Amino acid sequence: MAKHSITLTVNGKSTSAEVEPRVHLGDFLRHQLNLTGTHIGCEHGVCGACTVLVNGDAVRSCLMLAVQADGAEVVTVEGLAAEDGTLTPLQEAFRKHHALQCGFCTPGFLITLTQLLRDRPDIEEEELRRELSGNLCRCTGYSGIVKAALEVAQAFRTREAAR
Amino acid sequence: MTTRFFGAPVQRVEDPTLLKGEGRFTDDIKLPGTLHAAFVRSPFAHARINGIDLEAARAMPGVKAVLAAADLPDVVQGKRILLQVPNPAITEPITQMPLARDEVCFVGEPVAVVLAESRHLAEDAAEMVIVDFEPLPVAADLASAVEPDAATAHAHRSDNIAARIQVGYGDVAAAFQAAAHVVTARIPQHRGTGNPIECRAVLADFNAVHGTLTVWSATQAPHGLKRALGDMLEMADTDLRVIAPDVGGGFGPKLQVYPEEIVVAIASRMLGVPVKWIEDRREHLLTTVQERDQLWTMRMALDAEGKILGISGQMLHDQGAYLPWGVISPYISSVTLPGPYILPAYKLETLVVFTNKVPTTPLRGAGRPQAVFTMERLLDHAADELGLDRAEIRRRNLIPTERMPYAVGLTFRDGKPVVYDSGDYPKCQALAIEKAGWTIFRERQRAAWQQGRYIGQGIANYVEGTGLGPFEGATTQVLPSGRILLRTGSAAQGQGNKTVYAQIAADTFNVDISQVDVEVGDTASIPIGVGAFASRLMVNVGSSISVSSAAVAKKIKQIAAARFEVAEDEIELANGMARVAASQGGSMSFAEIARMTSGMPGFSLPQGIEPGLVSTHYYAPPQATYANGCHVAEVEVDPETGLVKILRYVVVHDCGRMVNPLLVEGQVQGGVAHGIGNALLEKMRFDEQANPVTTSLADYLLPDADNVPEAEIYHVESPSPLNPLGVKGAGEGGTIPAAAAIVSAIEDALRPFGVRIDEAPILPERLCALIDDAAARQAKKEMA
Repeated sequence: MAKHSITLTVNGKSTSAEVEPRVHLGDFLRHQLNLTGTHIGCEHGVCGACTVLVNGDAVRSCLMLAVQADGAEVVTVEGLAAEDGTLTPLQEAFRKHHALQCGFCTPGFLITLTQLLRDRPDIEEEELRRELSGNLCRCTGYSGIVKAALEVAQAFRTREAAR
Repeated sequence: MTTRFFGAPVQRVEDPTLLKGEGRFTDDIKLPGTLHAAFVRSPFAHARINGIDLEAARAMPGVKAVLAAADLPDVVQGKRILLQVPNPAITEPITQMPLARDEVCFVGEPVAVVLAESRHLAEDAAEMVIVDFEPLPVAADLASAVEPDAATAHAHRSDNIAARIQVGYGDVAAAFQAAAHVVTARIPQHRGTGNPIECRAVLADFNAVHGTLTVWSATQAPHGLKRALGDMLEMADTDLRVIAPDVGGGFGPKLQVYPEEIVVAIASRMLGVPVKWIEDRREHLLTTVQERDQLWTMRMALDAEGKILGISGQMLHDQGAYLPWGVISPYISSVTLPGPYILPAYKLETLVVFTNKVPTTPLRGAGRPQAVFTMERLLDHAADELGLDRAEIRRRNLIPTERMPYAVGLTFRDGKPVVYDSGDYPKCQALAIEKAGWTIFRERQRAAWQQGRYIGQGIANYVEGTGLGPFEGATTQVLPSGRILLRTGSAAQGQGNKTVYAQIAADTFNVDISQVDVEVGDTASIPIGVGAFASRLMVNVGSSISVSSAAVAKKIKQIAAARFEVAEDEIELANGMARVAASQGGSMSFAEIARMTSGMPGFSLPQGIEPGLVSTHYYAPPQATYANGCHVAEVEVDPETGLVKILRYVVVHDCGRMVNPLLVEGQVQGGVAHGIGNALLEKMRFDEQANPVTTSLADYLLPDADNVPEAEIYHVESPSPLNPLGVKGAGEGGTIPAAAAIVSAIEDALRPFGVRIDEAPILPERLCALIDDAAARQAKKEMA
């Protein structure tokens, strides 16, 4: 199958590659760029495990073709922590509240919440749960995830108020 | 032993890598030259294979091989995958072949495999394989499959009875003769499937130089897979290595050995290159084992005060087409029914039934949720008939704690008598109803009814046999670096095993847990192992680590004592050093001692001390330990739409001593979520020809953050007297009584409609139908 050239920025680094048009963004990230932190759970857009940021928006990388990401800025779970390995406040909160067990869905939750808490730091629990219903976790029963997210939202609000 | 880590809510050592996307799941492992497999699967629930044409597929670009059963090596011809748990009740031990040869018995059964340079190319070619299927009559339905003239799930068989199991004790006939009340129920149940977010995955790498085969698999039981591979391929134990790397959830189904794992290994050996297969979600919903229908037809006898006198009945268990794990689930169901209650007489006949559906094997709870659901429905019906409060009838029947240990009168699946080792069941229920506000709820309920809101509370108790043997082992080693390494063959799929194992060892050596490394799920690190299932690891591996770590710690003290010429009990361990306590005496680091004992020339071991700071212990429990608990659910039902919202969920949980409450609560909460799915959402649907019609996560609904509330969890700790840690399993208790408590609450909420619910899950459309039926019955009664 004929390949297409694409150029995109992934986790801050510019990358060029040749891809088949049928390859979805998740497979491209995992298998061509070796960024295996993005996980594939259902490949039909329900589980949310493969969520990445594309131009700042959380998208399901299994529902987007790699060629569609030409020119885009992509952030995967590998792009969240600092270069020296320091975890983000959200990642720290996940650890504190036991918001992950097997860890397979975790990258998708982290990415979804990274956008959500950035855009809506004032979100309340009920709405947070509704927003999170696009990501499935089979291990935790969601409690820890919700607690971690609310704690980060609260910290953000406190910081904003102090400014 | 100081207890710095045991019992503390220690944050997990597993988390940092997983949070950064640095976990290593099977599909993340990449070997050069890997071929990718795609399977050709049966579109029929039952069919004869009259011929297979592979030529067009073989001619496709990028395709390296296309294999049907006849193309597999002679050594596997005609062989079926090793039956994991034999049982004399099994009429014929039919397990799957790596690839179906003459007959397919469920939709999705693999008949051929394509090996190509990419998964895309493999799937393209799989489309080109032409199989001449001749459809055969289908055993599609559990109830009709036991009829004398039923179509058989396997063409060569005369019936569908895979096993017939009788359990019981006491004089059931006398119990019913003496009864003041008898309640009956027909209870169909359906639990769905595992759906870990990581589907199944396997990578096999045959090394032609050494003749060895290494297999990475998302499995709960690497040693079980190794045994099955050795059996199938007739390879020496030492030539096989199975590794379960990071595994993205298991919940039971990843315990099985699957045809795909065997075929991928065979293909790697045939072709001499690595071969990988990663299941997609559609394949998961078609072919990963489920734990499916049971149909209970039961009678309960009670005296005038609501004391149970006896229970008798029949249970049908849908086994699906094959018996990969024997008849464990229905057997566990049959011996779990009595639960925490005094049941003087009991008789159950279980028929395990072949059907043309995906096989059924243990799923989180493993047959127990069905038994608990059945018992709790019977108790609710009895309470209603006697005009008793639903908690009160339970209170009158709970086993009092002074009767512990309590022998039920049955034999468990481990061949040992069912003896509840410890626990305080009345206390657990009393705490649950207190926390849930049970006694004041009726007032709130009446007020809500008056406002047209339908709220209800339901209660369910359970007892769970956990920590099953036969054994599990662990090795503790102090390395020349001074770090402590723990190794166990059992895998982990998110339970936090590495953390709790490290907690136990850290206390024994009096070091920080950061000084402890843990290796799980690699058959090369320990020769024998059983697996991660039945909430058994904390009891078995935890105890093994406790014993092996104590042995190594003692050895360190002995060596230091000899060196400093003091008594052994004068040596204390602190911060990686062995030192003479409370004196100006000397000290040696673990590293020094480890280097000496690993063969340093010029150093003689003290008399009687064996080389190496290493000890392996296999802990074999005398019998199961019995965890228990009480759940109270509060729900609101919309009778127009049939939608159920869980308003509150209270759990009182007793798993003996808790090594790490943070992790125990995570297990309970996650288990409750699974139970909510079983109660309200999860149903594998099949048409009348046993074609699965729920083959995506848009059709088969999983609980999400919007329908799983945070459970209010309270702990009671009744230490088990059976193991050195006093622990019991905690992995499944959240799931086991959940459907029973939730369905009870829904029925309670809908009392004004007179709805009775004897099934799970209860989906909105079904609930609306039950409400309509009840209204029609009521109208008929009023007319008459």
